Formats: sequence, structure tokens, C-alpha cells
Amino acid sequence: MAATAPALASCSGVQSTLDPGGAEATQIATLFWVMTAGGFLIWAFVVALSLYASQWKRKSISERGAGRIIFWGGVVFPVTVLTALLAYALWLMPWLRPFGAEEGTGVRVEVVGSQFWWHVVYRRPDGTSVVSANEIRLPVGERVEFSLESADMIHSFWIPSLGGKMDMIPGRTNRLSLLATRPGTYRGQCAEFCGISHAYMAFPAIAMEPADFEAWLEQRSRPSAGVWAPSAGHDLFMREGCGTCHSVDGTEAGGTQPAGIALGRTPAAGIAGPDLSHVGSRLTIGAGLLANDEEALARFIAHSASIKPGSQMPAYPGLSPDELRAIAAWLKGLQ
Amino acid sequence: MWRLLPRQIESMWTLFTAPVVWAVHFLACYVGAAIFCEKPHLLGGDFNTLRVGIVVLTVMALSMIVISALLAWRQWGFGTGDPPHGDPTRRDRQLFQGYATLLLSGLSFVAVIYTALPVLFITDCIR
Ligand code: HEC
Ligand SMILES: [Cu+2]
Repeated sequence: MAATAPALASCSGVQSTLDPGGAEATQIATLFWVMTAGGFLIWAFVVALSLYASQWKRKSISERGAGRIIFWGGVVFPVTVLTALLAYALWLMPWLRPFGAEEGTGVRVEVVGSQFWWHVVYRRPDGTSVVSANEIRLPVGERVEFSLESADMIHSFWIPSLGGKMDMIPGRTNRLSLLATRPGTYRGQCAEFCGISHAYMAFPAIAMEPADFEAWLEQRSRPSAGVWAPSAGHDLFMREGCGTCHSVDGTEAGGTQPAGIALGRTPAAGIAGPDLSHVGSRLTIGAGLLANDEEALARFIAHSASIKPGSQMPAYPGLSPDELRAIAAWLKGLQ
Repeated sequence: MWRLLPRQIESMWTLFTAPVVWAVHFLACYVGAAIFCEKPHLLGGDFNTLRVGIVVLTVMALSMIVISALLAWRQWGFGTGDPPHGDPTRRDRQLFQGYATLLLSGLSFVAVIYTALPVLFITDCIR
């Protein structure tokens, strides 16, 4: 019992294919259980047969009989089972990728993977768009189409509770369609090794009621009121040049550092760091790594690589604790 | 009917007829679909043309495999002798090869069907 506990515990939670919160994940979970049950039955049958042959059977069977067993049990049966399984999996495929017909109805989400974070753009049906990062929100009961790209190397976008994974490949746009069916906060994870902090490249995925989602999107389409709060943090943010990599709506921080000077490379997608326009209200900091509070923000800004090895954000050893606190407080205010 | 079939020849190469048909069919399906989806204008037609094309290729491949199986069956003496054909004689060598060719034809037949099965379900390049 104690031995099975971890196995059972891993079957539920925010990042489990077997605890689905979406239509695609439900089908994948069903496929898994069908395969597991089928595999178990065949295994039990083969074990029983070998026990029968080695323990209980006294007389040996005729050569003709053996030939018949081989033909039916070794040829006809496996071919039938494999054909059925293959047909089932193939039949499932168009359902997992229902594109085309409903194009342009709901929100489309573009996600660009970078070492080790996610750039997210919500394209609304009215033509406007909302930029965010390191968090995905989607309405329950509405099909959402994702366009997946990469700015540097192969990443993979995977929210196990909602659906299957899809690679993000430089120079390609891959598509994924998800339909969340149960409101909740799930967890996504980069599923293709992409460097030293690959395991820390995650994000919360929040399935919300459609009305709440619309309200959330509407609020995100305007600068946060916190931008104009009188704060030393704002001035420090500008003075330190954080805005060359990070965009903040309502400030001159554009985030499109043209030549990737500090990074020593050209960001392919024209973005060098996560959008921070409403960073204060995100659930996590560092792409799913730390709970979002001022202390975590200050720690991350001071030396992100000590939390996230290989992080592409420069360290700021020159900032005093007070200055760090001021920046963190201003960012936390960007709700 | 056996008049219609080619005369029996003694060569190792007949053993591989069916797997070669399987391999060529596999390549034709996959390369064809890849080119069609990446450069639709090169081959012309819509996705259903591609599906019909694959079905035609599949029927051709299966017919060739069936012929290879018939020839193998003849080489095996129409199943008159049981394996193993293990004696170091010319006759046993022939029967053994016929039997092995027959089994390989069966495998190739199933494999060609599996290769082509997606066209029944897949209706679009992207899904
Ligand atoms: C060279 C470009 C660059 C500069 C300059 C830069 N950052 Fe970053 N920043 C990044 C990158 C890249 C990340 C993503 C790191 C990761 O999660 O792997 C990041 C992440 C962050 C995060 C976490 C965001 C999230 O959603 O988890 C905060 C907060 C942040 N930076 C604040 C700052 C502040 C404040 C400054 C100025 C003192 C600054 N950054 C300067 C590139 C930069
Ligand atoms: Cu990654």
C-alpha cells in the first residue's frame, strides 16, 4: 500500500494527464487506460498460458494443434489487436487537432519559447492583442488555438492536464488546439531539453469562466494603474535600462532591445525578456519557479542565475537592498 | 492458372520481392504526402487526390505481394511438406525458401495495409 501511494498520488494534481481538465487530455487519458487495460489482459493471458504449459499440462499436444495455436495466437490475434489499436489511435488524431472549420472565432494565443521563459500574445477577434508572459489563461468551454514558435532552440509546450505536447521549433509555427472543460489552475512545463534551466521552464495555466476571462483580457489591454504610482522603483527601472529587455505598458519601456546587446545575441522574435506590464498579478516569478511576492522579485532581479542557472537576465550586484526593494514594490504594484 | 504465372526460377532474390514492394510503397506514401503538404502546387490536386493516389498505390502493392505469395506457395510445393526443411538437399532448400518467402509476403501484406491506414482517417495536412 505504502509503495503504491506515490504512484497513485502522481495520478492527480495540477500537472497530470490522468486527471484531465480538458477535452484533449480526456481523450489521451482514455487512450492510456484502454492501452493499459488491454496490455494487462494480454499479459495475464500469456502468463496463464505459460503456467498452463509448464505446470498443469501433462500430455504434449500434436504438431498440428501446435501449428494451429501459433497461427491463431501468434498471427491472427496480434494482427487483429494491433489493427484495432492503430485504427483507434488514428481515428483519435483529427479530434486532437480540430483546426480549420472554426478559424477566427475565439482568442488565438501565440507563444514563443526562449531560454527559459515564455512570451505570450493573446490575439483577440477584434484585431487587438494583449502581451503577457510566463502564464497562460484560457476560457473554459471555448476552443483556443495556439501558435507555437521558438526564439532560440527547440522547446516543447505541454499542459498535461489540458492536452498533449507540441514542440516549438525555430523557424516553424506549430499549432495546437486546446479545449479546457474544468476551471482550475494547472501547470505547463517545457518538455524538450533546452539547456541548464530547462526543468525550471514552466508556467501556470489558468482555465477561467469565459466572462471572467473576457474581463481579465479587457483589464490587461490597458496599462496597469500601478505604473503611475509615485515610486522610486519606476525611476530605478528606467535608470538601470531594464526597459531595453522588458516592456511595460504605459512607460517608455519597449523591451525590444534591437541588437540584443547585453545578451550577446539577436533575439529572433524581437523580444529580449518577459513583458512586465502586469507582472504583479502573475501567480509566479521566473516562469513557474517562485511564488510571486516582493521578496522573490527582489531576489530574482539581484541575481536571477543563482535561482535559475543559465538565466539570460543579467545580474545587478550594484543595486542596494533598498533599491531592489523599491523596484520589487513597483513591479508588484503592476496589477 | 499456373500457366499465367512466370516459370519458377531459382534465386535468392525472389525472397525479397514482397519486402521490397513494402519499402517502395512506404517511401512513395510518405514522400508523396510530405511533398504534397509542403508544396501543394507541385503535385496539384487536393488532399483527396492524395488519398486516392495512396489507395491506388496500395492496391497495386498488395496485388504484387499476393503474386509473390502465390509464387512462394508454388515453390513451397503448395504446402504439401511440413517444415522444417532442414536437410542439405536441393529440394529442402527450395521448400525452405518458398516457405520463408510466403511468410515474408504475409508480413509485408499486413505492413502495407498499416502504412496506408491513415488515409482512412486523416483528412487534412495539419490534422
Ligand atoms: C538583457 C535583457 C534583460 C535586462 C536588461 C533585464 N532583464 Fe529581467 N529578464 C530577462 C530575461 C531573459 C528574463 C527571463 C529569465 C528566465 O525566467 O529565465 C527576465 C526575467 C525578469 C523577471 C521575472 C519575470 C517573470 O515573469 O518571471 C523580472 C521581474 C525581471 N526580469 C525584472 C528585471 C529588472 C527589474 C531589470 C532591471 C534592473 C531587468 N529585469 C533587466 C532579461 C533582462
Ligand atoms: Cu525549454
